[in-house]
Amino acid sequence: MEKRMNASLQRPEIKLQSLKEDIKEFFKISGWEKKLQNAVYSELSVFPLPSHPAAPPEHLKEPLVYMRKAQGSWEKRILKSLNSMCTELSIPLARKRPVGEQKELLNKWNEMGTDEPDLSLFRPVYAPKDFLEVLINLRNPNYENGDSLSFRTHLGLIQVPLKVKDIPELKEFFVELGLTTGQLGIDDSTQVPPELFENEHVRIGQKVLAEQDSAAAQQYIRQGSPTALRAELWALILNISSQPEDILYYEQLKTNVIQHDLLVDSLIYKDVKLTASNDDYYFVFEDYLYQVLLCFSRDTSVLGHFAYNSASPPKSYIRGKLGLEEYAVFYPPNGVIPFHGFSMYVAPLCFLYHEPSKLYQIFREMYVRFFFRLHSISSHPSGIVSLCLLFETLLQTYLPQLFYHLREIGAQPLRISFKWMVRAFSGYLATDQLLLLWDRILGYNSLEILAVLAAAVFAFRAVNLMEVTSLAAAEAVLADLSTLKVMPLLQIFLFATVT
Amino acid sequence: MAGKVKWVTDIEKSVLINNFEKRGWIQVTENEDWNFYWMSVQTIRNVFSVETGYRLSDDQIVNHFPNHYELTRKDLMVKNIKRYRKELEKEGSPLAEKDENGKYLYLDFVPVTYMLPADYNLFVEEFRKSPSSTWIMKPCGKAQGKGIFLINKLSQIKKWSRDSKTSSFVTQSTKEAYVISLYINNPLLIGGRKFDLRLYVLVSTYRPLRCYMYKLGFCRFCTVKYTPSTSELDNMFVHLTNVAIQKHGEDYNHIHGGKWTVSNLRLYLESTRGKEVTSKLFDEIHWIIVQSLKAVAPVMNNDKHCFECYGYDIIIDDKLKPWLIEVNASPSLTSSTANDRILKYNLINDTLNIAVPNGEIPDCKWNKSPPKEVLGNYEILWVIRTLFPSEVGSVIPAPRCCVYDEELAQGDGADRELRSRQGQSQGPKGGRSRDSGRTVLTTWK
Repeated sequence: MEKRMNASLQRPEIKLQSLKEDIKEFFKISGWEKKLQNAVYSELSVFPLPSHPAAPPEHLKEPLVYMRKAQGSWEKRILKSLNSMCTELSIPLARKRPVGEQKELLNKWNEMGTDEPDLSLFRPVYAPKDFLEVLINLRNPNYENGDSLSFRTHLGLIQVPLKVKDIPELKEFFVELGLTTGQLGIDDSTQVPPELFENEHVRIGQKVLAEQDSAAAQQYIRQGSPTALRAELWALILNISSQPEDILYYEQLKTNVIQHDLLVDSLIYKDVKLTASNDDYYFVFEDYLYQVLLCFSRDTSVLGHFAYNSASPPKSYIRGKLGLEEYAVFYPPNGVIPFHGFSMYVAPLCFLYHEPSKLYQIFREMYVRFFFRLHSISSHPSGIVSLCLLFETLLQTYLPQLFYHLREIGAQPLRISFKWMVRAFSGYLATDQLLLLWDRILGYNSLEILAVLAAAVFAFRAVNLMEVTSLAAAEAVLADLSTLKVMPLLQIFLFATVT
Repeated sequence: MAGKVKWVTDIEKSVLINNFEKRGWIQVTENEDWNFYWMSVQTIRNVFSVETGYRLSDDQIVNHFPNHYELTRKDLMVKNIKRYRKELEKEGSPLAEKDENGKYLYLDFVPVTYMLPADYNLFVEEFRKSPSSTWIMKPCGKAQGKGIFLINKLSQIKKWSRDSKTSSFVTQSTKEAYVISLYINNPLLIGGRKFDLRLYVLVSTYRPLRCYMYKLGFCRFCTVKYTPSTSELDNMFVHLTNVAIQKHGEDYNHIHGGKWTVSNLRLYLESTRGKEVTSKLFDEIHWIIVQSLKAVAPVMNNDKHCFECYGYDIIIDDKLKPWLIEVNASPSLTSSTANDRILKYNLINDTLNIAVPNGEIPDCKWNKSPPKEVLGNYEILWVIRTLFPSEVGSVIPAPRCCVYDEELAQGDGADRELRSRQGQSQGPKGGRSRDSGRTVLTTWK
């Protein structure tokens, strides 16, 4: 951006004497000021606040030592699993493709879904439920809560003392979801005349887009985005604009895919075939998913997000040079090992973007802003640990009878809702509802809404759940969320339930 | 209204039988006294044929019109639409307006089609105008994609040439008749795949025209990536979207069956193309369905014992223009996935609710004006009815298209349509669901 700004400064209006004012004026007129503002806003949203100057870099990733340690051992386990699969199947982690294979792949680039490699021997490196077991065993060594049970005892699976919001705090945080504010997902239903809310909301949305203001877009989208404006609004909030260099970068990644084959590619294939290909909404976009995820694995710019992610990219060594740091590489190149269901982060985006490089950019930004928190161990309020604790606390505090009953029959609620939250509900909700939910994730720059929705779903089906007597029956009651309308559920749970 | 409805069917499909049984109807055989017969198209031929036919009594209803083939045979449909267009043109109706290239502005919704061998020479003339075009050959009387093939060279259809000396093709029996249509080689692709739309339309009477569209149609996707390349012309998995064909492809998936709901399509199009063009597309789809029904209405035997549920096949091209490909009289009631089964079950359920009011023994003299509550997932596509007494002299909100007084409507039909149309923005829009659904018509008795 700097380069472009510099280039645009070679203009006659800008005189040396009044350089400062001229530049300011020029930026305002040409729209550069807005772009600059958006870029700064973007950085503010992503990076954590400046911390104590003496804090080491690990602190930026994760301030609590025991969390860092837990994340470290979890990573070791994943890597071990990956390496053993590698050895068992005698497949290298990476290899260069012969020229013939490269040509073939290039021809098939738009229809990789029709390729049916033998994936039967591959297994996903881990599934959400494996990760849940790790979280359940998390303990803070400095915390002693005694053996005596009191009404304060947390009955859920997560046993770490993190601060989570209660309903009054959530009401304040999500104030725009309140009963007196118009919402898309509620006030645009066919029974409501569009003059009451929808038309005006659309008009404001168009204005926000015309102004190209990221911060305004983020505020606006808290009330939901009209379908026709959503693609542009998300791009504006995530500060994505498809510049030629972005398209070039994507093409470069594509070339990397063509030239080298990675073991994780097979994991990606397997994941897509197991999840998105069987999904009523997303099967159509199977080929786009390969095009995005294979490139994603090779994108080293993603490594940047590990500065504020508690996770660290796995390291591997060139054959025969184990332990020699000069021969260490990150594997996969982007440092992210996909797990079962990973492709579902990309699938909903295919409804909005049909141009591969734009789709790619949006997904990458969504990942490094939000999705990474759903599968790494950290104390961040949007991290999966906090979300689980928030969910359990909400349930225990506001639906104690239900919580107790489910616990008694061996159906800890988190065991059912965990998979929803890890996937940000993708594949569980109808697509239009999912997009309304993700609107609010972007709007509030937080994933806490996932935990609130999970609790709201339990509240909604509470009557049926009170009657079940086993975990399997509880799962059955909550198996199909495809008919749920998320905004009314959230509104009722936060604002209309007597607490 | 004592006694339960007695039903017969010669189509052994669970979605039908479950619906009859849940209403407590009684199954009988064809030779007994029956009230409701869900028959195949072969049977309806027999019932209404000159030799073997019999008169239906007032308490008997069947699910086909006697000469439905005016709409459902590919060649007759095209013939009727061409005739309809010429008639409108002769009347000077604004609907028949043409553009500077001679193409109909509002009535160009069927790809250029010729009958073979009858129109062979006309076809050759057209073919030579754009020799690189691809054409699709379809046998008139078959279904499920049987016998269809694509050609891009005249030599491939030499057989059908009337002057052919080597022709062993002697008789011109209707069985061997083919239609040849310009192949739409720029279909709208989603995820790189071609798809078509299957929509269900219920017609309870043709004169006055009353038709309803099922809101839950679906898109059928090809399992193989679309390519207009000539080398793939023979690969039916690329070009034909019939489930009967796709089911045998290697990649057919039995969970989703390669089907999308129309609401998914709408969400995708609104998100990627915008709301206005999407609404325009759906309005045009409704328009072409209504126009096709109006085209055959004059020649249809509007037997009061009949209703019919059609399966409309529509393809959308990459300029978001819908094309009517064909209309099926016997849309498949086989379910390829669980969702499919639910959809077809509900389709039959809602159809029966409209065709056989209250589930009681029918009286074919009833006014065929079902109350709004029984429509279920159907919505009014086009309904002409008399005013209810309470509505006389008042302003009436239009549902889907137009609702107006029957007497007046039968008088100057085309004029009245246009007047109502001018209430909306542009072109052949039949009225929108919510926004311009508020368009009002004053009618009077």
